[in-house]
Amino acid sequence: MNAVVDRNPGKKGRKFNDFLTYEDKTFNQYYLLPFRFIALNPRREILVNEIGDFLIVDKGTAEKIILKQLDSLADYELYNDLIANFFISKDKIPVLIDVLATRYRTKKSFLDHFTALHIFVITLRCEHTCHYCQVSRVSEDKNSFDMSKRHIDKGIELMMQSPNPHVTMEFQGGEALLAFDHIKYGVEKAKLAALTHNKEITFVICTNLAPITTEMLLYCKENSILISTSLDGPEFIHNKNRHKKGNDSHQLALKGIKLTREILGNDRVSALLTTSALSLDFPNEIVDEYFKLNFGSMFLRPISPFGFATRNEKKNKYNTDRFIEFYKKGLNRIINYNLNGSSFREDYATILLKKILTPFPVGYVDLQSPAGMINNVIVFNYDGKIYASDEARMLAEMSDFTFQLGHLDTSTYNEIFYSDLAVDITEAGINESLPGCSDCAFQTYCGADPVLCHSTQGNMYGHRPTNVFCQKNMAIIKHLFELMDSDPKILKLFNNWVRGN
Amino acid sequence: MLLKTKGKTSNITEPIVARVTRNRNSSSENQVLICEDYFVENNDFAAILTNLNANPIVFSQHFVHSIQSLSHLNEGDIIVINSDGVINTLYRANSHQNFLLATERCNSNCLMCSQPPRDREDIYYLHNLHRKLIPLIPKDCVELGITGGEPTLLGNLFYELLAMIQSELPDTDIHCLTNGRSFAWPNLANKLGAMKYDKLMLGIPLYSDFYQTHDYIVQAKDAFNQTIQGLYNLARNNLRIEIRIVLHQQSIPRLKKLAQYIYKNLPFVEHITFMGLEHQGYTPFNIDKLWIDPVDYMDDLTDAVTFLSDKDMNVSIYNSQLCLLPRELWQYSRKSISDWKNVYLDECQSCGAIAQCGGLFASGQKKHSAHIKGIQL
Repeated sequence: MNAVVDRNPGKKGRKFNDFLTYEDKTFNQYYLLPFRFIALNPRREILVNEIGDFLIVDKGTAEKIILKQLDSLADYELYNDLIANFFISKDKIPVLIDVLATRYRTKKSFLDHFTALHIFVITLRCEHTCHYCQVSRVSEDKNSFDMSKRHIDKGIELMMQSPNPHVTMEFQGGEALLAFDHIKYGVEKAKLAALTHNKEITFVICTNLAPITTEMLLYCKENSILISTSLDGPEFIHNKNRHKKGNDSHQLALKGIKLTREILGNDRVSALLTTSALSLDFPNEIVDEYFKLNFGSMFLRPISPFGFATRNEKKNKYNTDRFIEFYKKGLNRIINYNLNGSSFREDYATILLKKILTPFPVGYVDLQSPAGMINNVIVFNYDGKIYASDEARMLAEMSDFTFQLGHLDTSTYNEIFYSDLAVDITEAGINESLPGCSDCAFQTYCGADPVLCHSTQGNMYGHRPTNVFCQKNMAIIKHLFELMDSDPKILKLFNNWVRGN
Repeated sequence: MLLKTKGKTSNITEPIVARVTRNRNSSSENQVLICEDYFVENNDFAAILTNLNANPIVFSQHFVHSIQSLSHLNEGDIIVINSDGVINTLYRANSHQNFLLATERCNSNCLMCSQPPRDREDIYYLHNLHRKLIPLIPKDCVELGITGGEPTLLGNLFYELLAMIQSELPDTDIHCLTNGRSFAWPNLANKLGAMKYDKLMLGIPLYSDFYQTHDYIVQAKDAFNQTIQGLYNLARNNLRIEIRIVLHQQSIPRLKKLAQYIYKNLPFVEHITFMGLEHQGYTPFNIDKLWIDPVDYMDDLTDAVTFLSDKDMNVSIYNSQLCLLPRELWQYSRKSISDWKNVYLDECQSCGAIAQCGGLFASGQKKHSAHIKGIQL
């Protein structure tokens, strides 16, 4: 039998070392890990590392760090924060570099499965004539503006070839419900195909709800189809923005929302806001409208500078500053609802905050690097033409076919998704390597948009200082940080907006 | 609660591991018969235990006599009788808080260790006990702990021990306390992962997001980096992990930052526990470096707990008293103190929440918050 042998009788174990014994390497010597920085305001600056973790510090801190003027005792707290959060390291290559690598892979894991969102422009017909609309046409000639069944079939075939096990089939218009037969045809075909290809499909219909009927909604319920609609605010804004014969767009939208909720459930219908020049003067009224209608969140979304939008300069060409002002006011209103005990999120902030406050990836198409077009979304137009994004299709409506990736009649999967054009677009959509983005503190939170750069600045790479995408995101991200830095209650609230995964 | 007693042995040269019974008719080689106020010879039992003085009796029977106390032993408890007459309870039939002591050795030397490590060669002795003990444990045993010292210091025997439990007690939840440092070596984590042991949960302490503070608290250089690497290697193998944080003067200042670190870098952990200090082992010796009245850290604790909970992470508070916790934290408080060392103070007797309260460690009678008082619900 093995006996227990006391090797060290007595109380030697009680010898404890002091804190400084556990300092690594040479006192005050450290190495820099990759991080970027920017001033938030005259007093504070923000440091952001490669995986999106941030520290808000007093101005001048970045300089001090880089000049190696930090003192582990005098700057005790900061020094510890910088090491714990992977800004500096005691070793040339940090011992925990695998943690950084895992974090980085996690943040970029939205790329793992490739294209998820497949937009089918099922018809171009519409009974609305919204002044900001980029694409819609009213037409009696049904055949020439509806997507043909042959093209729907081919679109589904391509969708089934996506490496992504979970795809979304989104029906857009025009007014998609005007071609409800085609939607049904697409849904049935896709469901069958999904069985053989072992894919999960989420179905979405984008509609202004004007033509919706109980029968349509029962079909949606039976097939778990989500409804996405447009709501621009209270009646006097909505009806001005969204022209319709009879001037009853708002009334029909509300009626449609109510009916949809009754049949599908509250969480199966969401609404999108388009901000027009008129909207800019009424942030509070617009927020209140969404709140009043019991939406859990709303998206303060700027108008896209495409299509008719840029043509109708008088109404729509407002500068980014005005939108930012609108956004801040609207967000403030939403925050106040929360501080008074309600639960009501702003979606754009939530997307950004998820990138800022969580270690997880975010699949939102417009804020991805590499950009979401092609590798996250593809658009099959009513006429069979294939585009890199919804915006690319709008551009084509203005006769600019730069981003046409192929045609449903002729192109194979590889010709569409791996063409030279696809490679060129992707190259221009990686903000890690774009001038002005590569050293930007907010790079990990932001994205790139080659289509927008092309349409507003003449080439896919763009010029950041004069770019509306850059201006908008810089201002909004900065604003979110300033809010979090100024009030712990708002920080807690923002953390709740992004709760869960 | 008494877990140890002593008598005088006869014919015992090797440790005997067996269940106790008071039923003379249920003889088996896996049982020892307790004879209170009488003595019999019965060679069908592994041994006979008696409180009588049977010194002059000469039998071939294994027996222990003149035992000071037998009343703490219940039908079905499993004990070890050592050749020197010491009888330790290894498994209590009526408790859900049984654990195996893997070794008293440890590669850390934490400032607040409640069971200070001893540099003794106990591994083979204890392993032999466990080999006899584990098959005797009832198959419906709900939960079994493995503790130390540092169990992974067993090396191959650690995996052997787990494999034995996995095959003998497949339905039992196993909670193994380890500092996780050994798993910085991927082959050790991979070996554990290969067991596909989904009843196994590893409880691993993390005291700071800053390496130097953690290393200082556990008194071991590079411990922080090893633990984090270990956690990653374990997660890669889909092992279940609980993070354990002891609350004291050294861990409190960065508590909220530690919570953020866990969420951002270790979002895969299944459970996070914040634990009150136990006034035991090294703690009294290091009390100046450790003591902070719990009421003085409640803001930090609330921040850390609610932050993690708001992120939908599973959080608990152990070893804390409800009268010290803000009401919003009550939902996280668990009655976690092992029954055999769980007490309440005189002040507690009038308390309306005593039934839900975790109470104190027995050692807490010597040192506890100055703010413990009965609550009117």
